[in-house]
Amino acid sequence: MDFTYTVLILLLPFLSFILIGLLGTKLKPVTAGIIGTVVTGIAAALSYYTAFGYFGAGRDASGVYPTMIPWNTVWLPFSETLHIDLGVMLDPISVMMLVVISTVSLMVHIYSFGYMKGERGFQRYYAFLSLFTMSMMGLVVATNIFQMYLFWELVGVSSYLLIGFYYTKKEAVAASKKAFIVTRFADLGFLVGILFYGFYTGTFSFTPDAPALGAAKAILPIALGLMFVGGAGKSAMFPLHIWLPDAMEGPTPVSALIHAATMVVAGVYLVARMFPLFVEYAPDVLHLTAYVGAFTALYAAVVACVQSDIKRVLAFSTISQIGFMIVALGVCTSSDPHAGGLGYMASMFHLFTHAMFKALLFLCAGCIIHAVHSNEVSAMGGLRKYLPVTHATFLVACLAIAGIWPLSGFFSKDEIITACFEFSPFIGVTMTFIAGLTAFYMFRLYYGIFWGRENKALHAEHVPHEAPATMTVPLVFLAVVTLFAGWIPFGHFVSSDGQAYTIHINTTVAIVSLCVAAAGIALATWMYMREDRKVADGLATRFSGLHKAAYHRFYIDEIYQFITHRIIFACISSPIAWFDRHVVDGFMNGMAWVTEKTSWAIRYMQSGSVQRYCIWFLGGVLGLVILLLLI
Amino acid sequence: MITLDLIVFTVLALFITVSAVLAVTTKRILRAATYLLFVLFGTAGIYFQLNYSFLGAVQLLIYAGGITVLYVFSILLTSSEGDKAEKLKGYKLVIGLIATVAALGICLFIMLKNPFVPSNFEHGELDVRTIGHALMGTGKDGYVLPFEVISILLLACIVGGIMIARKR
Amino acid sequence: MIQMEYYLIVSTILMFVGIYGFITRRNLLAMLISVELILNSVDINFVVFNRFLFPEQLEGFFFTLFAIGISAAETAVAIAIIINIYRNMKNIQVKNLKNMKW
Repeated sequence: MDFTYTVLILLLPFLSFILIGLLGTKLKPVTAGIIGTVVTGIAAALSYYTAFGYFGAGRDASGVYPTMIPWNTVWLPFSETLHIDLGVMLDPISVMMLVVISTVSLMVHIYSFGYMKGERGFQRYYAFLSLFTMSMMGLVVATNIFQMYLFWELVGVSSYLLIGFYYTKKEAVAASKKAFIVTRFADLGFLVGILFYGFYTGTFSFTPDAPALGAAKAILPIALGLMFVGGAGKSAMFPLHIWLPDAMEGPTPVSALIHAATMVVAGVYLVARMFPLFVEYAPDVLHLTAYVGAFTALYAAVVACVQSDIKRVLAFSTISQIGFMIVALGVCTSSDPHAGGLGYMASMFHLFTHAMFKALLFLCAGCIIHAVHSNEVSAMGGLRKYLPVTHATFLVACLAIAGIWPLSGFFSKDEIITACFEFSPFIGVTMTFIAGLTAFYMFRLYYGIFWGRENKALHAEHVPHEAPATMTVPLVFLAVVTLFAGWIPFGHFVSSDGQAYTIHINTTVAIVSLCVAAAGIALATWMYMREDRKVADGLATRFSGLHKAAYHRFYIDEIYQFITHRIIFACISSPIAWFDRHVVDGFMNGMAWVTEKTSWAIRYMQSGSVQRYCIWFLGGVLGLVILLLLI
Repeated sequence: MITLDLIVFTVLALFITVSAVLAVTTKRILRAATYLLFVLFGTAGIYFQLNYSFLGAVQLLIYAGGITVLYVFSILLTSSEGDKAEKLKGYKLVIGLIATVAALGICLFIMLKNPFVPSNFEHGELDVRTIGHALMGTGKDGYVLPFEVISILLLACIVGGIMIARKR
Repeated sequence: MIQMEYYLIVSTILMFVGIYGFITRRNLLAMLISVELILNSVDINFVVFNRFLFPEQLEGFFFTLFAIGISAAETAVAIAIIINIYRNMKNIQVKNLKNMKW
């Protein structure tokens, strides 16, 4: 089967970006939106068609889906083997990611019609969405690590542009800068890792040949570790997670698309992409990522329990869930799914299901914010009678993320916890506990929004109403996907060694995690469903220190603030700035001053009088002639 | 040995030199133009003496007859408040004088130090037919291309002169 | 017989008299006259070299011929410019021409 057309999946959104971006306000907002949506729709259709064709074409003789490069061009050749290519690579995970990205992107495009209606810069918004879609697709189909890096940065740029979409709002501008700087900082590690990798293996390919790898054996753990730093930045792993909660300043659909479903899993995707090398050459680094992921998941889950801004809760929940995926990858000990390689499949599965239900959660949050014009839970409560569709879909998503059978989250989370138990009981128990916390904080949010204490004064003033169809249709679609995605035989498509793997539910783990999730839900119900919330408030006062610390995200941002402002700015940057301003600039100004004074002094030589020039000329010629005569 | 040629040459040389010096030292600009005319006449005389009578005729016609008239007219047009050259500051005059005299001395010194091989030339008038053929010739010794270029240059000059000097 | 050097001495003197005039005169037309002197000296040199050294050829002859033509052209343009300057400034002294300086 010929897959050359897949390059269109990249080109179409790019063309749409150029078109909408260049025409700008010359287009009507609706036209821009329709162009963006139709193009994304075509890209999505092509992605589905590709997935259908690719998985339908069947396995090759060795029982794996072949890796194909239907389109490739050498862009920058450095040597025989070391060259930067631009191309399209199809393998199970890239095809899976294409489906995820195009689905969520299409839903967000449609949803934004309603959500962004009447906003200034509607065209700009759609142009950036197209740019993001193109970059993210380019990232996942990258044929080599450098192309991945290029699109990685493009993704960062579009994220920056979209977070700062409300550029007149001070917080949004600060958040966009924060996101960009933090991820750039992490990307430095990624770049250095790529350079190490390219230098020692002599190629940027994902699969170097054995001799090259043997030569680079000693350096590979360092290179891969540095790459993971980049991935940690993009995927908001502790301690580089600080940008993600702030990124919620952007429009909510953007949060759904970029900061929940697609871009933030780029780090996970990177580790999955480099997985064969990780497992083979750097298992220690891989396990280190597992601990980082587990700690991040725990930290974010605890913080999410006390936040009062619904988008913040969802942001921390995203961080926590990405932690799950990283843990699942990190606990792999071999590339055989039957012997320690289960985590790879589990991680990709969770990535897939999480993208759907987290996008759904954010889009629901968008509907809720749309209805009450506030992000704070205190402005909500009792909304279930005003927003029935949102309520139903939000509940589906909450059940899915809590891991309740038979929703999609149950299956993927169950695989992750099984993989964790295979690696070490400690991690397994921790992850089970975090799964319980997840159920708790999600239902705390759910009750806070739809049940509990209603802010009657506010609602009387402005009656909340259900969002228009452009917004509810994507919700329903994603809810349906969330309901049934768990039944996809995911292991047949994606697994660590490419062979078909049949998912079997580990009954013990399943029962335990279901019980834990149910306990979390029950606790949340007991604490938050009723109007008075006596228990919750009581606990908050009793453990006020802990509550306050968690509410302030354990002061990580303050620590960053202290380090950057007090130490880096004050002790390093200021002296350098002083040096630049006084010594370097002073030197330059001094040179300019000397030149100026000299020119003022000698400008009379340029008298403009031909006769005077003639005398000088004559004198010069005379001098030369005498000189030649003497010689 | 004093021949008629030498006498004629001496007279011409003195005439040219004196006229030239007067042309650059006289205070009245109209007189300077007149002395220039004398220099041109003297130069034409030298051409005649060298048996280039066609060149001498051209010199008389174009230089003496055309250009000098142009000078005189323009002097008459531009010298409204007397035609006296203003006094030059002494030291500038001295500098100019020293520079030119020194340069002249060096040039003459070099020139006279190196003897030129032929010290005489064969008499014989240059045929106008030869000149005409060379001027219109396209071969190795033909000058039709410079001739045409000069004609275009003169045309450009006429146009440029009118453009610059016309009243706006 | 007249030596070739004699002619050259005359032309050299003419040349430097012209340069002297060009340096010291402050009137544009006088400077132009000096330039004509220089041109004449060069013309004499061309002719003399042609006559004495290469009597069979005509290069010097034609160079002189064309130089006369070109000097006519140059004079015409220069005088046009001078008249234009006179029209704008009411005199043609070099020291007054400083509008375009600095």
